[in-house]
Amino acid sequence: MTPVFPAPPISSTSPSSGGRATASKVLVIGIGNRFRRDDGIGPILADRLAARGIESIEQSGEGTALMEAWSQADHVILIDAASSGAPPGTVHRFDAASEAVPAGLFHYSSHQFAVAEAIEMARVLGRMPQRMDVFGIEGYDFSYGEGLSPEVSRSIDRAEGLILAELRENGLEVEKS
Amino acid sequence: MSKAKPKTRTNGKAKAAKEPKTATRTLKVDALARVEGEGALHVRVRGDEIEDIRFRIFEPPRFFEAFLQGRIYSDAPDITARICGICPIAYQMGASQAMEQALGVQVTGPVRDLRRMIYCGEWIESHVLHAAMLHAPDFLGLQDALQLAKDDPEIVETALNLKKLGNRVIEVIGGRATHPINLKVGGFYRAPRKREIRDLIEPLKWAIDSAIGVAKVFAGFEFPDYEDDYLCVSLRHPDEYAIHEGRLVSSGGLDIEVKDFPDHFQEEHVGHSNALHGMMTDGTVYLTGPNARYNNNYAQLSPLAKQVAKECGLGTVCNNLFQSILVRMVETVYACEEALRLAEAYEEPEASSVEVTPKAGIGAGCTEAPRGICLHRYELDGEGRIVNARIQAPTSQNQPQIERDLRGVVQKNLNLADEALKWRCEQTIRNYDPCISCATHFLNFSIERG
Repeated sequence: MTPVFPAPPISSTSPSSGGRATASKVLVIGIGNRFRRDDGIGPILADRLAARGIESIEQSGEGTALMEAWSQADHVILIDAASSGAPPGTVHRFDAASEAVPAGLFHYSSHQFAVAEAIEMARVLGRMPQRMDVFGIEGYDFSYGEGLSPEVSRSIDRAEGLILAELRENGLEVEKS
Repeated sequence: MSKAKPKTRTNGKAKAAKEPKTATRTLKVDALARVEGEGALHVRVRGDEIEDIRFRIFEPPRFFEAFLQGRIYSDAPDITARICGICPIAYQMGASQAMEQALGVQVTGPVRDLRRMIYCGEWIESHVLHAAMLHAPDFLGLQDALQLAKDDPEIVETALNLKKLGNRVIEVIGGRATHPINLKVGGFYRAPRKREIRDLIEPLKWAIDSAIGVAKVFAGFEFPDYEDDYLCVSLRHPDEYAIHEGRLVSSGGLDIEVKDFPDHFQEEHVGHSNALHGMMTDGTVYLTGPNARYNNNYAQLSPLAKQVAKECGLGTVCNNLFQSILVRMVETVYACEEALRLAEAYEEPEASSVEVTPKAGIGAGCTEAPRGICLHRYELDGEGRIVNARIQAPTSQNQPQIERDLRGVVQKNLNLADEALKWRCEQTIRNYDPCISCATHFLNFSIERG
């Protein structure tokens, strides 16, 4: 039994929120849940970058949706909350396009087919963008509720600065907010 | 496709060593892979006797209910949707229907059809994600979906495209795929254009055939032999395979209105888990989810879905939950057919929602989330503010039945070596597609750069 699956006639979807499209197909993906305090850092940073005219979307972190989201982009910036034991507000950075993600180093508390799996799956299936920079901002408070902890709030500007520097280095003109 | 052959795990039955009868074996799985959320399993066996089985959930108590108190009725759908990134429609629609009952309005006609259609989208995306990416590897002896993609990229690509189509249905009707923004008490903020819905027709036709293809591949798996005499609880609707509304029924003869749920079902707090355990008021455990729906409402499936079930080796009742992967694919075929039928018949409604006037009242709503019945009950004050909220998610209802299955599976497989038995237990839990915490995720980096 070898079923044949024809290519699906599904039109591609464009990111539906955030700033305007840019010629260089840069996409910022803010991952997290705004109702779990510091877990909202990804979407909050994505909002800030959208305000500067950079195409930015929010995602829950489910892996297949992530792969779909970045399918049309050349350069992807993934922003997520991290929980590694480092001081809250620490900005971790990972070049996912050129380095394999050591899956054992990632701990997921709820979505097992998540960021690391999506990246490695995309690599297997040839669905990786040319560049992908993962920024993880160390969180402190992941309890229910809105708003970041003071520790993480203080790191927003620095994290945003690092991401903007990365984008400018790659030739993207970024508006001043 | 041909590479996806069931394999015998090297640490499986064939190499199992019989443990001495007197030894105490303790199996611990501290963090369960491939389930949504945070859970752990603890099993203690002495000789041939199971001393203790605990399926532990780290889910924090449901602060969402407290979070809702004092908020206006119209906030409930969007806030409760945040309980889950995989099945937000279940929460949005259950909350909306409860509010509609409290406020004395009914959603009918084309707006009701749109609700059923977006719910089909959620079934498609959630069922395919679980079946292909999380559950199938259990039967292939593959550690994870990544390995499956290396061995058989075609089936993974097909599954990803099916899931994408489910998301697309949600996006077209709900405004976006994750935490849709277009659903509200009374219906939708905006009805989709006819052209947008018609664009789904060809992809849905493709999806029916593809879902059947995937189902047949999965039917070739070897399924562990374990059955229980499940008390199946689901919705039932007189005119259709119940998805988004109906009466609550059980295979034991229960047939009640959703609002009477608290008279027949209870939730208990147990020491080893943060999630409440659901059971009948007489203490009987029950099953909710795809197999409960299939067993209760098989007769209402489409002829094609029944045929696919038959070709996959399923009867009219399926009490082997290891075969829930097949039931999910049969339901996926049905959901694709339903979505197609509704898309072909779609005409833009004159009004995208029913007008709602805030007032005091009590209302209940229930829908069939991919994992099972998801109940909402709200009490509103005279301004339409929430005085009381109660939400019962399917996984907490299934938790006692999961423990019962684990007990049965362990008892039946005591001859397996620890690793193989542990694997079988994890597989037993994954049969339920449990959505344990539904609310957070984060990376745990142990390296620091930059």
